[in-house]
Amino acid sequence: MSVLISGLLYAAIAVFLIGTGLKIARYARTPAPLKIPTMPAPLTRAGVALRMLREVVLFESLFKASRWTWLFGWLFHAGLLLALLTHLRYFTEPVWWWVALIAPLGPYAGMAMVIGLCGLLGRRLLVDRVRYISAPSDFLMLLLLLGIAGSGLVMRYVAHTDIVALKQFALGLAALAPAQLPGSVVLLAHLALVALLLLIFPFSKLLHAPGMFFSPSRNQVDNSREVRHVNVWSPRSALEKGADRAGDNGS
Amino acid sequence: MAAKKPEFETPVIDHDQLVPALARGALQHSQPFVAKPEIQEGIGFPGELVDNWQRVAVDKLGELVGKSRGLQVYLDSCVKCGACTDKCHYFLGTGDPNNMPVARQDLLRKVYRRYYTLPGKYLPWLVGAQDMTEEVLDEWYRYFHQCSQCRRCSVYCPYGIDTAEVSMAAREIMDTVGKGQKYCNEIIGKVHKLGNNLGLPEPALADTLEGLEEDVEEETGVSVAFPLDVKGADVLLVTPSADFFAEPHIDGLIGYAKVFHQAGLSWTISSHASEAANFGLFIGSYDNMQKVALRIREAALELGVKRIVFGECGHAWRVAYSFLNTLAGPFDFLDPRYPVPQHIIEVTHDLMKRGALTLDAEANDDKRVTFHDSCNVARASRMGNHAGGQFSLPREVISSVCNHYYDMPANTIGEATFCCGGGGGLLTDDLVELRVKGAMPRMQAFSEVTERHGITHLAAICAICKSQFSKVLPYYGFEMDQVVSVHQLVGDALQLGSPE
Ligand code: SF4
Ligand code: SF4
Repeated sequence: MSVLISGLLYAAIAVFLIGTGLKIARYARTPAPLKIPTMPAPLTRAGVALRMLREVVLFESLFKASRWTWLFGWLFHAGLLLALLTHLRYFTEPVWWWVALIAPLGPYAGMAMVIGLCGLLGRRLLVDRVRYISAPSDFLMLLLLLGIAGSGLVMRYVAHTDIVALKQFALGLAALAPAQLPGSVVLLAHLALVALLLLIFPFSKLLHAPGMFFSPSRNQVDNSREVRHVNVWSPRSALEKGADRAGDNGS
Repeated sequence: MAAKKPEFETPVIDHDQLVPALARGALQHSQPFVAKPEIQEGIGFPGELVDNWQRVAVDKLGELVGKSRGLQVYLDSCVKCGACTDKCHYFLGTGDPNNMPVARQDLLRKVYRRYYTLPGKYLPWLVGAQDMTEEVLDEWYRYFHQCSQCRRCSVYCPYGIDTAEVSMAAREIMDTVGKGQKYCNEIIGKVHKLGNNLGLPEPALADTLEGLEEDVEEETGVSVAFPLDVKGADVLLVTPSADFFAEPHIDGLIGYAKVFHQAGLSWTISSHASEAANFGLFIGSYDNMQKVALRIREAALELGVKRIVFGECGHAWRVAYSFLNTLAGPFDFLDPRYPVPQHIIEVTHDLMKRGALTLDAEANDDKRVTFHDSCNVARASRMGNHAGGQFSLPREVISSVCNHYYDMPANTIGEATFCCGGGGGLLTDDLVELRVKGAMPRMQAFSEVTERHGITHLAAICAICKSQFSKVLPYYGFEMDQVVSVHQLVGDALQLGSPE
């Protein structure tokens, strides 16, 4: 069983890294023919960095759009981040001081995820507009994430897992020498679901995570009159030898 | 279809601004006239549906995704959060679920998923992927011509997904397989041939301008010039051709001329580039957009001007401000002391600040005015030297020439502005129902400010907005002549005779 789950996890991580890496490389390579930031946009790169930061950390646009979606979405993502960070305690020996510091917050992170996901699922089921735009995969994605967060919480509060053995397994996994996995069905489910999430990441809407950094509506500087943005595939660009190519292609 | 006058009900204005319940297929019947073969061929597209059009469409989609990072990121990243679902004026005015921005994108996304993503290839039912079929093409034709490319949805999307880009791509694909829209494509053909959307030839234009000179002299006693093709003028004015003949546009043109006159600026219109509009944008055709834009460069070179100034037009200002440098630059042959191009509002604003204009706001005391932010000015370009200048400059200009100015509710102006309902190549009589219904959110805001402040006039800085409002205001119980050009207000307040 340990071998099987280790293999699955390795495969999932490989698919995740390679698949997402290729996607990112493709986003980076694809030209941005025109300047299309959603205005008003910042006039400097520093301003754009700040705009992106507000989007990534605070979900600024979503806040403007819908308070409930913002609340549930932000709770879920904040919980996810915190949960990921607290999980570092399984992979570090000795545990980094700041990981030890936040470790007690782990269960709250899990709960925030569950509350956020339930809220999002509720909206998807109850708001007719959102239900209309939902494909089966949109519901399954929420259930998958709920399964991950829920199984984590179950191990914490209901079916306790052998933490020492688990840490041995995690350290082994990180060192490419997997040890014995503690015999727990819930843990197996937790890990299998995580593997599934990693597997589908590069092929699903989870690409919004890397995608948003490449979104021209958000990452471009408003300076089209000052700096000539060159479209590399413009039929004219062959004639434009003297043009300012040092300008920015993309941001 | 062509003969029958559309029967429909104008939406009722409800100030509680409820989001409508879904009304499936409510505007399924709305579609614009299809372009005839000669129109299509005139702008470089096949005359009618090509044989293996499914394949051609899918290939074209792949090509476009490979050429535009934005399109690719937008198609991949939507999480179906629903944040955009109640942001589109066409949805708010019709309740048709396909007018929710994300649902509109999905019409194209489902095909992208089917042919270009792994789950779509093997598990199409799971992710809502679909083959490129005749029904899909038909849906595209209807609903991608129910998007005015106003970008309001992109403001609220957590990833800035811009449905305008998606609908431009869809229209480009449809043109490529031979199914184009008559209104846009016919107009683009005219620009290529005659230099403007109206197909107004040079002698007719010269006549019109001469007539305007006479009218203004008669009315004010001052001889204000409307120069055409004057070599060596300082400023090339590029303005929408509606400014030459349509009401209330023409009063805006008179306003620009008065401003130039009093500031003592030498300026000219070009018969080669007698059109600011660039409908190449609406159909997502880079080639056509570039060809239209290059006329302006050619005119500037030929006339030897120092500056390029654009008149009041929303999408034209987007193409000018955001794209002209890319499409037709570099403009290093122009006077480097001025941005290229400039908006007429920027010119007037600057002259006002320097005290170069003698204004008497009392001339507009019979009016109580509000201002409509055009979507392409608000969300796709800028004025002045700070972010948001596109909102403050026009308001400062209006407030300097008008004693009674009031904004519409905050969630309907600025970056949140509602489209007039006629942008994006939809300003055609075959789409009147769509235009009337899509104007509902703007009319709702206008009626609110009218009730509160006794507003009499709706000022606009876009040729399309002005024509659209003239058409739809009466449907909502207003008068068509309540729309004014911002530069009409300026022109009326300018004291021409006074010493400089
Ligand atoms: S761009 Fe404007 S018209 Fe098009 S879907 Fe978005 S909000 Fe609607
Ligand atoms: S707001 Fe953006 S991510 Fe959310 S449903 Fe609309 S397009 Fe998709």
